[in-house]
Amino acid sequence: MSDNLDAGDVAAGFAEPHEYTVWEDIQGYLFGLVLAALLTAASFYAVYTHLIWAPAIPIALAVLAVAQIGVHLVFFLHLTTAPDNTNNVLALAFGVLIVALIIGGSVWIMDTLNDRMMPSMDHIMQMQR
Amino acid sequence: MPPPFAQQQERNNVFGKLTWDAVPWSQPIPLVAGGIVIAAVLAVVLWVIVRGYLPYLWNEWITSVDHKRIGVMYLLLALLMLLRGFIDALMMRSQQALAYHAAGYLPPEHFDQIFSAHGTIMIFFAAMPLVIGLMNLVVPLQLGVRDVAFPTLNSTSFWLTATGALLVNLSLVIGEFARTGWLPYPPLSETTYLPGVGVDYYLWALQISGVGTLMTGINFVTTILKIRAPGMTYMRMPMFCWTALAANLLIIAAFPVLTATLAMLILDRYLGFHFFTNEAGGNMMMFINLIWAWGHPEVYILVLPAFGIFSEVISTFSGKPLFGYRSMVAATLFICLVSFTVWLHHFFTMGAGGDVNAVFGIATSIIAVGTGVKVYNWMFTMYGGRIRYATPMLWSVGFIVTFIIGGMTGVLLAVPPADFQLHNSLFLVAHFHNVIIGGVLFAGFAGITYWFPKAFGFRLHEGWGKVAFWCALIGFYVTFVPLYIAGLLGMTRRLQHYEVAAWRPWVLIAGIGIIILLVGAIAQIIQLVVSIRQRDALRDETGDPWDGRSLEWATASPPPAFNFAVLPNVGGEEPYWQIKQRAIESQQMAPEPAYKAIEVPRNSPTGFITAFFATITGFALIWHIWWLVAVGIAAAYAVFVWFAWRDVAEYEIPAEEVARIDRARRAARQQWLAANAPAGGPA
Amino acid sequence: MSAADALGHGHARDVDPYLLGRGGGHGSGQAVATGRGAGGPASKTVVVAYGFWLFLLSDIVLFSCLFAAHAVLQTATADGPAGHELFKPANIAIETACLLVSSFTCGMSAVACGVRNLVWTQVALLVTGLLGVAFLALEANDFAELVAQGFGPQRSAFLSSFFAVVGCHGLHVSAGLLWLGTMMAQIVVKGFRADILRRMLCFNLFWHVLDIIWVALFTIVYLIGEGR
Repeated sequence: MSDNLDAGDVAAGFAEPHEYTVWEDIQGYLFGLVLAALLTAASFYAVYTHLIWAPAIPIALAVLAVAQIGVHLVFFLHLTTAPDNTNNVLALAFGVLIVALIIGGSVWIMDTLNDRMMPSMDHIMQMQR
Repeated sequence: MPPPFAQQQERNNVFGKLTWDAVPWSQPIPLVAGGIVIAAVLAVVLWVIVRGYLPYLWNEWITSVDHKRIGVMYLLLALLMLLRGFIDALMMRSQQALAYHAAGYLPPEHFDQIFSAHGTIMIFFAAMPLVIGLMNLVVPLQLGVRDVAFPTLNSTSFWLTATGALLVNLSLVIGEFARTGWLPYPPLSETTYLPGVGVDYYLWALQISGVGTLMTGINFVTTILKIRAPGMTYMRMPMFCWTALAANLLIIAAFPVLTATLAMLILDRYLGFHFFTNEAGGNMMMFINLIWAWGHPEVYILVLPAFGIFSEVISTFSGKPLFGYRSMVAATLFICLVSFTVWLHHFFTMGAGGDVNAVFGIATSIIAVGTGVKVYNWMFTMYGGRIRYATPMLWSVGFIVTFIIGGMTGVLLAVPPADFQLHNSLFLVAHFHNVIIGGVLFAGFAGITYWFPKAFGFRLHEGWGKVAFWCALIGFYVTFVPLYIAGLLGMTRRLQHYEVAAWRPWVLIAGIGIIILLVGAIAQIIQLVVSIRQRDALRDETGDPWDGRSLEWATASPPPAFNFAVLPNVGGEEPYWQIKQRAIESQQMAPEPAYKAIEVPRNSPTGFITAFFATITGFALIWHIWWLVAVGIAAAYAVFVWFAWRDVAEYEIPAEEVARIDRARRAARQQWLAANAPAGGPA
Repeated sequence: MSAADALGHGHARDVDPYLLGRGGGHGSGQAVATGRGAGGPASKTVVVAYGFWLFLLSDIVLFSCLFAAHAVLQTATADGPAGHELFKPANIAIETACLLVSSFTCGMSAVACGVRNLVWTQVALLVTGLLGVAFLALEANDFAELVAQGFGPQRSAFLSSFFAVVGCHGLHVSAGLLWLGTMMAQIVVKGFRADILRRMLCFNLFWHVLDIIWVALFTIVYLIGEGR
């Protein structure tokens, strides 16, 4: 494989320079920036005001975070559903599965363990006061 | 080992904690052993220099980015470390054989380091390099391509692994090794209880080699998914490539967990963090949870390529295509995914409760189904075939029997109430040795014997190979079946001495078993020496000594740097078998291709030099020589930038040279074809 | 299709992208190895981008372990302060803004690279770098203040996990800035060579993923911790 850039030699999801105008490309990033900024502002808003019912805040934040990550993936990382992107999407799905198993599994296991542990000595003394 | 560094005063600041006391002057065993090893290494180095082999070694091996060379170096490292780990095992078995109502000959602090070193070396520096070495050697050839995706990264991976091995072995003569077992559970591994350098040697050796392994994972997944011969769809890949893909996916998913967990322990030890400490809210079980979230996928990283090797060997030596290819692929991917859902079975007894234990216990039992599918497929491959019992096939049959037993004891342990009786007993020890030796080690020897002619151009001596196999098989059972029994009788692992009479006979029989294994190990060494001496008689003329079915057998032995003069067009499964049958039927080879110049990646010392500075940095971190740490990191970064600055990454092999090399291969094949014409002439 | 299509990205290749018509199999090293991957070895750019993507996913798994540790150790404050007593929302907001805008300017440098404009590439990279430095400076300042008040990582397990996960992200940003500087130098010296462009692509992926991790980080560590 020679190291000259052949026409059409782009990474999955990235389009060639002459397939679109520079402005269209900038538009994509700009749109992503605005969207992500709005979602970030919404997250801060949710925490520091009383707009959302308190127990629902963590879920709202999680949803907003996932949405923001999605915006990054699509507008900044150009992750699409095109066939040349399939390997990338599958790899991401695998990664997300592993992260879910590690975080979910660890939290479940450690919470169960902690529940079943005797409280520490300071705790027992405090409870006895 | 020197006395514990209980109150560490860094008297000599320039060398951190390092003093002359670090050398075990007062302990005869490590002193003598270390002395012998140093003398041997010096002798080899001197011989290399005096005979003038150094330029050859540097140009052709040390700086090589060729996957075949790197694979061979991995295998060499693996076999050397296997020997080292085996010597540790000999010491443990002999100590236990002697230490009934007696002290034995190994003091407890020493014995603790030996079983820790045994496990660490065997898993990280013997089994992993064994498997990775075979994948390196074979996968690009089987895919019909010239090299892996990132050749220089490949070289760096190897040298970083070698760095880890070097650091662990250095602990024998400078300082001490960890006394925690092969997984450093806190709080024992915290500085409160083990303030010496032992745990630090372990941590930095594994962090450094872990980076190398992660890069291997990335390299191979990219290669298998993006770099294959034209026409090779996913369902036309050889089985070994599928299992290599699954194992490397697991490496990418699991090794970051090891890195993060060891990093947290390092932060605790070096900067006083409280992840796993006894006080300030640390949670020791979190370490155990995370380390086994890595640890279980790790054993599948070892065993999946082993399964792949057996798929190749069994189909070749049965003269039949692999039975149930699609179900094999499905089973492999199933094992890959489910292996990430079972890790709690390593600590059933540590208090997670019935619900959690039940879920993980069921998942553990389910994962056995995947392996079951594979075993049936291997048996159906053999059924109805004309089986040749060459050495690789012997290892395979030995594996099937042994691994089934080991797997069954595993399913037994997967039941939490049973595990409560057997956790950390010798039954557990026997189980995992059963599956690792029966699975990974037997596969390693099968693979080495099978692909040795491809790598070196001559076969290994069959007779000595068979001796080695039978000694390994019998020796394994004589060593470990008594340990199963002793475990059921209540003997726990890692005992430096014991007083229970009921265990004694079993420990003694295990001691005999390991002598048989020792004979087997010696037979392996003899096999190598004899094969090298008789290499002309054992020469592989055509490149296809076993009547193989996959593309690596289409090349010469050893293959040229570019592997294939022209990348083959793949029309179906077992592409080389199709090519061969066509040639035999028509009594002629395919027409000579149009030869073109081939670009090949340049050799690079980057990997070696990076590892050199990694060794220095690791050593400096262990001994708290902070200025040297800064120097090492700066130097490693400088090497990286220097490498990134190069302008010419490849060199060209001219078309005439390609043609000359390939015509020699075709001539050898033509001769074989003429000599092996089917009766009655061409069809 | 989606907005992405309107903006000209992710063009599906015109003719039979899944190669259902079983095209050839006589490899030409096409840039697009679709259709069950039977097109022969993929081009260098595709290979490098995919390999780097895999590395980034492994890095995400590394962070997930630190997140898991933080999730478990959140309440282990050892009678010390909890998150909401320590974090300053203004600083977090500024840091978030810095990183988000730097992601945008990094994208701009990719656009400039696409049209081989040296000046705009360097300007965009410089702004990205400066925003990154601002982020790090603010974060280092916060850390120093916490340590000065006696709330360093040695105080409790909660603080250990906090410093570790945020610090790991900061280390990655620092490494990224070192890489950025090296890239700026390389573009000047070697121009828009094929291998330099591949590295720019990798750097872009790296910087965007760092922002993705920051989104998870400030949500989980700061905001959810705040609400506790």
